[in-house]
Amino acid sequence: MASRKPATNQPASFQWSEENAKWCETQVAKFPDGRQASAVIPMLWRAQKQEGWISIPAMETIAKQLDMPYIRVYEVATFYTMFNLAPVGEFFVQLCGTTPCMLRGAEELKEVCREKIGPEMAINGKLSWLEVECLGACCNAPMAQINDYYYEDLTPENFGAILDKLQAGEHVEPGTQNPNRHTSDPEGENTTLTDESLYDGSMARPIDKLPNSEPAKTE
Amino acid sequence: MLQDKDRIFTNLYGLQDYRLEAAKKRGAWNGTREMIEMGPEWIIQQVKDSGLRGRGGAGFPTGLKWSFMPKEVRDRPHYLVVNADESEPGTCKDREIMRHDPHLFIEGCLIASFAMKAHACYIYIRGEYIFEREQLQRAIDEAYEAKLIGKDNIHGWPFDLYLAHGAGAYICGEETALLESLEGKKGQPRLKPPFPAGAGLYGCPTTVNNVESIAVAPTILRRGAGWFKSFGRDNNAGTKLFCISGHVNKPCNVEEEMSIPLKTLLERHCGGVRGGWDNLKAVIPGGSSVRCLPKDICDDVLMDFDALREHKSGLGTAAVIVMDKSTDMVRAIARIAYFYKHESCGQCTPCREGTGWMWRVLTRMAEGDAEMWEIDKLLDVAGQIEGHTICALGDAAAWPIQGLIQHFRHEIEEKITNYRTGKPHVQVAAAE
Repeated sequence: MASRKPATNQPASFQWSEENAKWCETQVAKFPDGRQASAVIPMLWRAQKQEGWISIPAMETIAKQLDMPYIRVYEVATFYTMFNLAPVGEFFVQLCGTTPCMLRGAEELKEVCREKIGPEMAINGKLSWLEVECLGACCNAPMAQINDYYYEDLTPENFGAILDKLQAGEHVEPGTQNPNRHTSDPEGENTTLTDESLYDGSMARPIDKLPNSEPAKTE
Repeated sequence: MLQDKDRIFTNLYGLQDYRLEAAKKRGAWNGTREMIEMGPEWIIQQVKDSGLRGRGGAGFPTGLKWSFMPKEVRDRPHYLVVNADESEPGTCKDREIMRHDPHLFIEGCLIASFAMKAHACYIYIRGEYIFEREQLQRAIDEAYEAKLIGKDNIHGWPFDLYLAHGAGAYICGEETALLESLEGKKGQPRLKPPFPAGAGLYGCPTTVNNVESIAVAPTILRRGAGWFKSFGRDNNAGTKLFCISGHVNKPCNVEEEMSIPLKTLLERHCGGVRGGWDNLKAVIPGGSSVRCLPKDICDDVLMDFDALREHKSGLGTAAVIVMDKSTDMVRAIARIAYFYKHESCGQCTPCREGTGWMWRVLTRMAEGDAEMWEIDKLLDVAGQIEGHTICALGDAAAWPIQGLIQHFRHEIEEKITNYRTGKPHVQVAAAE
């Protein structure tokens, strides 16, 4: 688990990019008047997207924008584990280690990370890594989230190759790395959803009368 | 066997287009206006009659939950909040709905909100699901554009749908922690009562439902409560998304009928247990929070709420974690114990202190570095946590450990015995 303590070296200030400043307004607009604090998580997240991590000046800027006491924003930023309170690599590898992934080889993948990157949270070139808790892609275990997207059905071989490519600045397509799967379907031929009539438009035929919609007014 | 024509999520694997036109062709948004014209009472009655039980884990009847909302809107607006904070280890079904069949889900949000007289609905999606969030937002934008939802939509019920997100906290899947998080606070569960139907989001009447419960509602109304009820045993109606992970040949998500035998489920869709059925050691049938089942129960157990409860386990989210004979059960459960230690919000002492204590003891036991009496001590502590916390995370942390000791005590004992053999002078650290 990453340290939930803010980094020792903090920047002097935080400034939203023009685009992000506008984006923040769209988030606040989702919530009723006076409930602007509800936008704190999306805004912290956006600040992290902009800077790579969340600094104390960023928290303070957001607190002012949302008219919240600073401490309420610190509290949120330190509670939620997706917020990086210190810089991470350009490609931040969050490797799932919870039981469903562990059963399918996550521990070998941790070894790959240690070999290719080093200890958890150490930045090596473009990469850093962290073992995280269940990311909710268990049918494609083991898996890792690299920056925004999921890389699934990993093996020590294909995972090692992904890390090498990212380190070399190459793009790697997210999703399942098993060529015989599409998403979370069973490997090879599918056992369900093979009936063509599901997709020929017959399911969209207008419904004359909803079931059980006889007027109950006669009672 | 459930036939394709009776499956609700026809784009579960994303082999088809997720967007509006294709979704309509698969039957989404068909007859929505007619459903709304039938009125809220009719909708709630249909959902009640269908026997739908909440798909988020607790299995509370959905129609009944909807009926708890105040009948009339008074000074405070009503809200529907959808719990898309899918984080229960083993579970990855709502993700597929949101990225591949989002329009069924959006239609469900409209129908459920109308039934509960809510003009606004918030979907709270877990922070890590970034692709799913982008995909769902695109679908929401399409629905607004097509005037299917929005302030002046073609269905005649002014309705706004907002997508909000978390930032990596399992506890926000607990409904009141979710509401706290949605209000911009730490996700720490609230004391109940008041229940959300009385005072939920911003103190207003609120219902929190799981994604799958909401997304199946329109199809139930389209095809009839009786159709849905025809699947599964009494009190366990419907079709259900199962997520099968772990030691099967082909892990996958699949929609099947409730009450399907576990063995059939694994053999029909997952290519069976790795190394054959006899190589099975245990199954966790409903996500990491429920007690595991040893093979002899798995041989003929049915996958539904009541059958699994009879074995002191549960259907939970129907996330089936399969473990073959190569599995070190103590290590597997110790890793689950670490998960709960990591995710405890820290509010209640039994959970905050207990989850860490149980993890440390189990980690030692996984090595065998423990005393025999500590097994009973562990069971005792688990029992002290269970039922003594504000939310069910304490229970969820205790149950897997109780299941381990109930069914695999001999494995812990074996490890302790073997560790001692030949090491007569090892000192034991006292349990912290």
